[in-house]
Amino acid sequence: MMALLLRDLKLSVRAGGGALIGVLFFMTVVAVIPFGVGPDLNLLSRIGPAIVWIGALLSALLGLDRLFQTEREDGSLDLILMQEHPLVLTVLVKCLAHWLANGLPLVIASPLLGLFMNMSETAIGAVALTLLVGSPALTFIGAVGAAVAVALPRGGLLVSILVLPLAVPVLIFGVSASYAAVEDPAPFMPPFLMLSAITMFFAVLGPVGAALALRNAGD
Amino acid sequence: MRLRAERLGARRGEDLLFSDISFDLGSGDALVLTGRNGSGKSTLLRVVAGLLPAEAGRVLWTGKDETVRAGEACHYLGHRNAMKAELTVRENLVFWKSFLGDLEGGAGMSVVEAADRVGLGGIAHLPFGYLSAGQQRRMAFAKLLVAYRPVWILDEPTAALDTRAEQTFTDLIKQHLAAGGMLLAATHQPLGLENARELRMTGFSDLPEAFLQ
Repeated sequence: MMALLLRDLKLSVRAGGGALIGVLFFMTVVAVIPFGVGPDLNLLSRIGPAIVWIGALLSALLGLDRLFQTEREDGSLDLILMQEHPLVLTVLVKCLAHWLANGLPLVIASPLLGLFMNMSETAIGAVALTLLVGSPALTFIGAVGAAVAVALPRGGLLVSILVLPLAVPVLIFGVSASYAAVEDPAPFMPPFLMLSAITMFFAVLGPVGAALALRNAGD
Repeated sequence: MRLRAERLGARRGEDLLFSDISFDLGSGDALVLTGRNGSGKSTLLRVVAGLLPAEAGRVLWTGKDETVRAGEACHYLGHRNAMKAELTVRENLVFWKSFLGDLEGGAGMSVVEAADRVGLGGIAHLPFGYLSAGQQRRMAFAKLLVAYRPVWILDEPTAALDTRAEQTFTDLIKQHLAAGGMLLAATHQPLGLENARELRMTGFSDLPEAFLQ
């Protein structure tokens, strides 16, 4: 299993792996917002957490469709399906590798983008923390979509459409926790704990669903 | 150790591809599937490997460990090589060696030795994508050597190979059989095995219409 994690991490940083594409897309999306909205610093700092979260959500969806498709194209998926390792565990490890290569860089880049949006230190910290807790859920939900669409050529857009509605709760609680950290009356903990709960919930449900879909995608 | 198939049948979409196929392989046995394109050779191999559900019948594996499913006792080498073009040959083989592991009752070779056995020991440091089609096929074959599985399921193993490489393959298969392994292969070219049994798949297209009703 450790071997699978290391291989997927290696693949994501080699040519065509696309680990940095997500971060670049994230930076592009957030960097153009100030140009569109105009130089209203108060407005920017008010919408900042939401924009950073939406940017991160879209970037997280970007590389997800390749999670199992590359394995299927070169025949590795067949061998993975035949092994005695529980498939759920294999999927979980693949999700972890995907998050480390694609999700974690988004979390690390988010403070920089917070500066673009004229956010306060507290808001920047809150957004980075909620992204750290919430972005694994996006990967786990996306794994199900990726597994369902694994046999479809050009299933990328389909994966995004399948996954986006399920990712909305993550976005809602992530953004509301970030706002709660800067706006006084709202408490920070309840939405933050809900976000953690969603991540843990999908950490279990996502791999199970994806494994089920992969088993039945045989051809 | 025995691999048995009992009255297997499989369907591709609406059409029944084959039905009522049974075979029984013991240690050292080889079964070669022949037949025209589309007669269901690959499908039968995938059913045995557990990658496709059987329409009827079942595949049974009896070995030392009773809990092992038939698919877990098999190596499957399909049309695609299951190697990553971005990784070097060595990284690919090291990954499969540790991910596949050895089934009880045998041990795989080291990665260096396996690369030597397929005649490509000197280029294990290259990315897999740099190799020619024939070299890639040989490296995919080395994957069968690094982890021990008693049953080898090979789908057109000698595609894209020159005659010398074919001979290397035949020798490796013979060694595997002599060590008590089993072979299930679909092929158009003769593999050069002496006492291999042959299963000729005809498909249903040769039968008169009335017979199928």
